[in-house]
Amino acid sequence: MMAEVVLIEDIEASATRLGIDLSSVDLDSIQLPRGEDFGIKSDDDDDLYQEDPLEFEAGFGNIIVVDNLPVVPPEKFEKLEGVIRKIYSQIGTIREGGIWMPVNPDTQKTLGYCFIEYNTPQEAELAREKTNGYKLDKSHIFAVNLFDDFEKYMKVPDEWKAAEIKPYTPGENLQQWLTDEKARDQFVIRAGSNTEVFWNDPRQLMPELVHQRQYWTESFVQWSPLGTYLATVHRQGAAVWGGATTFNRLMRFAHPQVRLIDFSPGEKYLVTFSSHEPSNPRDTHRIVINIFDVRTGKLMRDFKGNVDEFATGGSGGVSGISWPVFRWGGGKEDKYFARMGKNVISVYETETFTLIDKKSMKVENVVDFSWSPTDPILALFVPELGGGNQPARVSLVQIPGKEELRQKNLFSVSDCKMYWQNNGEYLAVKVDRYTKTKKSTYTGFELFRIKERDIPIEVLELDNKNDKIVAFAWEPKGHRFAVIHGDGPRPDISFYSMRTTLNIGRVSKLTTLKAKQANALYWSPAGRYIVLAGLKGFNGQLEFYNVDELETMATGEHFMATDIEWDPTGRYVATAVTSVHEMENGFHIWSFSGKLLYRISRDHFYQFEWRPRPPSLLSAEKEEEIAKNLKKYSKKYEAEDQDVSMQLNEQDRRKRKMLQEQWNEWVTKWKQLHEEERQLRIELRDGVVSDEEEEYEAKEVEVEEVLDITEEVVAFDLDQE
Amino acid sequence: MRPILMKGHERPLTFLKYNREGDLLFSCAKDHNPTVWFADNGERLGTYRGHNGAVWCCDVSRDSMRLITGSADQSVKLWNVQTGAQLYSFNFDSPARSVDFSVGDKLAVITTDPFMGLPSTIQVKRIARDPNEQSSESVLTIKGPQGRINRAIWGPLNKTIISAGEDAVVRVWDTETGQLLKESDKETGHQKTVTSLSKSADGSHFLTGSLDKSAKLWDARTLTLIKTYVTERPVNACAISPLLDHVVIGGGQEAVHVTTTDRRAGKFEAKFFHKILQEEIGGVKGHFGPINALAFNPDGRSFSSGGEDGYVRLHHFDPDYFTIKM
Repeated sequence: MMAEVVLIEDIEASATRLGIDLSSVDLDSIQLPRGEDFGIKSDDDDDLYQEDPLEFEAGFGNIIVVDNLPVVPPEKFEKLEGVIRKIYSQIGTIREGGIWMPVNPDTQKTLGYCFIEYNTPQEAELAREKTNGYKLDKSHIFAVNLFDDFEKYMKVPDEWKAAEIKPYTPGENLQQWLTDEKARDQFVIRAGSNTEVFWNDPRQLMPELVHQRQYWTESFVQWSPLGTYLATVHRQGAAVWGGATTFNRLMRFAHPQVRLIDFSPGEKYLVTFSSHEPSNPRDTHRIVINIFDVRTGKLMRDFKGNVDEFATGGSGGVSGISWPVFRWGGGKEDKYFARMGKNVISVYETETFTLIDKKSMKVENVVDFSWSPTDPILALFVPELGGGNQPARVSLVQIPGKEELRQKNLFSVSDCKMYWQNNGEYLAVKVDRYTKTKKSTYTGFELFRIKERDIPIEVLELDNKNDKIVAFAWEPKGHRFAVIHGDGPRPDISFYSMRTTLNIGRVSKLTTLKAKQANALYWSPAGRYIVLAGLKGFNGQLEFYNVDELETMATGEHFMATDIEWDPTGRYVATAVTSVHEMENGFHIWSFSGKLLYRISRDHFYQFEWRPRPPSLLSAEKEEEIAKNLKKYSKKYEAEDQDVSMQLNEQDRRKRKMLQEQWNEWVTKWKQLHEEERQLRIELRDGVVSDEEEEYEAKEVEVEEVLDITEEVVAFDLDQE
Repeated sequence: MRPILMKGHERPLTFLKYNREGDLLFSCAKDHNPTVWFADNGERLGTYRGHNGAVWCCDVSRDSMRLITGSADQSVKLWNVQTGAQLYSFNFDSPARSVDFSVGDKLAVITTDPFMGLPSTIQVKRIARDPNEQSSESVLTIKGPQGRINRAIWGPLNKTIISAGEDAVVRVWDTETGQLLKESDKETGHQKTVTSLSKSADGSHFLTGSLDKSAKLWDARTLTLIKTYVTERPVNACAISPLLDHVVIGGGQEAVHVTTTDRRAGKFEAKFFHKILQEEIGGVKGHFGPINALAFNPDGRSFSSGGEDGYVRLHHFDPDYFTIKM
C-alpha cells in the first residue's frame, strides 16, 4: 500500500503547533473537496478494485438490463414500472428498490431501458433466459442481458484483429503411464484431505507414490474411461489432470457449484451437472448440465431447466434425477448421447450437438433405456398399459435410423432390468413377472443374441423360478454369466454359458454352487476369474473362483469390506473399507488367485479407483498367440521377479542389521549410565545393595502350620496279642 | 498355555502391577477394591477395602510391604500389603489419576485430574517409614499441562519426573525445582491423548501408548524418540518385556463405538511387536472389550491383561514364544 503512515503523535504535535484543540474537532464532519483525496487511498478507489476483480463481478451478477422498453412520459412512468415489476417478480425476488428506470433529464421521458436487481445471480440468469425476446407488444420486444455481460460487450474492440496464431508446441505424452517398464497399474485414493496416486507394486508388496496433493478436489475424483485424465471437482467447476511425469492441470471447465461429472466413453466430452436451490422454496430446483470438449475446454452445449424436466421415471414422479442424465452410445466414438423424457427419448449427435432429425423419438410411457456398449443400438423398456391390455415390451432401436431391430412383448410384468455384455454381443433382460394371484413375483431372463441374424431371443428360467435374483453379471468379453439367486441367508450361485458344446446357439448351465455367503459378483476384466463377494451383512467374505475349471482357487476375508475393484488387466483385486464405516478404513490388494499381497490402512478413507487402460492395441490373433506361448513370454518376467525378490531380501537383511546395531548402541550407553549410577541408587535405597540386575534367589520354604492338636487315650488291649 | 481367567472385579479394569519378585499381581478397577492375586495360579489373595470410587492406579514398594493406590474418590491410600490394613490416606480436591514410588520408596509422585475449575497437578509426597509419622504435605507441586495427566513416573535416580496425558505431550520435569526440562516434539510425538506410560526394567527407556493408534519408545534421560509402533486401534495400555526384545500393546475401539455385529471388529487384542524391528509378532485375543491394562511379570515368562470386560487374563507363555525368530 502506498499510503504513508502518519503517527497520531505527529498529528497531535502539529495540532498544538497550529493551536487547535483536537478533542473539539468532530472528525466525521470534515469533508474533503470533490476529487481530492490528499493522497490517501480509500477503500472504494478504482485501483483497489482492479486487484480483486472477482468480487466486483460477483457484486453485479444479480442485475439484469432490460432493453427495448416503451419510452414513456412521467405520467405513465408508474404504470410501466408496475408492468415490469409484475413480469419480473414472477421469476424471482426483486430486491427492495431493485428496479431503476433512468429518465432523460431534458425531456423527463424514460430512456427505454431499466435495471433490475435480484437477490441471487441464479434468478438474474433465469430472468434473462425467460424474458429475452419477450413481446410486450409488436414494437417492443425485450432484449435482456446480464449487467456483467454488458461490461464484457463494452470491452469488445471495434476493429477486428486477426487472432494470433501460436506456434505449435508438442504436448506431453498423456499416455506415459502405460509405458511403465514393470507394467504396473496405477490407482488413486482419497483419504482425509489428501488425494494420492500410487503405482501398485506387487513385487515390493507395497504401493509406490506417484503424486500427492492436499485438497486436490472438493468432493471426489474420477478417472476418464480410458485413463488419460483424472478429473477433480471444485466449487468453480471441474478440472482434468494428467501428463507424462506428474499430474499437471490440463484443462478447466467452469461450472459453478458443479456436483456430478461424467465422461463420454471415448473421453472426448465431459458432462457436468449442478442443481441449484430455488430462492422460493415452493419452486423446484434448477438444473444446469454442460457438455464440454475435454481437449479444448469449449462448452459444446448446455441444458438448463427445472428438475422435473430432467427427472426420469417417465410418469413425472417425485423421484429426482438419476445420474447420468445423458447416456452415451455407440462405443468409443462418442457419436450419440441420449436422455429420457416424458414419453420421449431424445437422442443427440455430437457433430452438431442437436437432436437427430431435429426431433425426439416418441415412445409412450418409456421407463428405461440403455445403449449397447459398442454399437449405436438402444434398448427400451415400456411397461404394461391399460391394466394389461397392452403388453409390456422391450425393443431394440438402431440409431440414427431409429428403425426397430427387434421387439419382444411380455405379459404380467412388474419390472425389467437390462444387462449388456460389454462387447455388445448379448443383452440379458431380467423380467419380474406377477404370479397368477398377483401377490408375488418370479423372475426369468430374456437373452438376446445381438450379433446373430434376426437377433434370436431365448428364454431362461432358473431351476427354481421362485428364487430371488440377488445379482447378475456377464463375463467381460465372454459368453458366460453368473447369477446369485435364492431367498435364504445363503443363496446359490449359478454359472451359465450362451454356448453349448455341440449346439452353439443354446444357453446351458455350467454349475450351481450351493449355499454361498455372497451377494455381489465381480468378474475379472479379462474374464475367466470371478470374485464372489459377501459384502455388508456377510462382513466381507471373498471367494476367488475359476470359471474355466469350475473350482474355487482361494477364499479370504476383508472384514467389513465395502468396495471391490479389479485392476484393468485382471491381475489384482483391491478390496476397500471406505468411511461408511468408522473403523477398519483402508484397502487390501489381492492377486487374482486370492493371495493377500498387502494391506494399507488409512483413516477417513473415501475412495479407491484403479486407473483404467485403453483397449489393447494387439490384434485378437496376436493375443491368442501370446496366450498359447505364454511360457516363452513369461520366462523373462519370472527372472525379473526373482531378481527383485533377492534384492528385497538383501535390503531387508541390511536394514535389520542396521536397526540391531543402532539398538545395541543405545543399550551399551544405558548399561554404562546404569553402572555409573549404581552407587547413587544404593544410597537412595539406604544402602540396600540389591540392584535390579542382581539376581534374587527363589527359595522354596516349606512352612508347617500346626492347626490343632488333640490327645486321645487309645485303649490298649493286651488281649489282642 | 491356556490363559487363566481371573474374575474378581465387577467393573472394567484400570491398572495392573506385579511386585518385584513377580509372585503377586495387584489389579485396580473401576469398582472400589484393589485386589491382589497369586501371579502364578491366579488365586485371589485378598482385596484392599476403603476406597469410595474407581481406583485408577497403584504401585507396590520394592519390599512388597506397602501398596499405594490412587482413586477417583479424591484420595491416595497407603496399605499394608500383607494385612490389607489402610495405613494412611492423602486427601485431595480432585480425583487422583496415577501413583508411582520412587527408587528407594521414600517418595511418591501423584497426579490429580482437573476438577471443578482446578487445574491438573503433579505432586510429590514423602513416604515415611513409620505410618504414624506420615504427613500429607507435598514436597513439590507442578502445574501447567492442559487437561488430564494420565501418568507420571520417576526418571533415573529420582532426578526427574516423566509425565504424559491428554495434551499428547510427554514432559520431563526436574524434581528439585519443578522446572520443565524437556518436551516431546509436536511433529514426531503423539498426536492424541497419551493413555499409558510404562518403564523398562532398568528405567533407561519407556513406552507410551496413545489414542493416535501408536505406541512410542523414548529414552528416559534425553527424551529422544527411538521407536514407533503403529497399530489399527487406539492404544490404552502398553508394556515392555523384561526378558526379550518385545513390547506388548493393547487397546481397542472405544467402548461407546463397540460394534454389535462382530467382536472381531473391535480388535481387542494384545499385540506383540518386536521392540527393535518395530514389526508385529502376533496377537493374543480373548477379551471382549478394549484392553485397559497390561503388565509383564518381572521374569518375562508371563503377562497379564485387564479389560473393559472386567476380567484379568493371566497368560503364561508357551515354550515356543521364547524361540520366535524374526
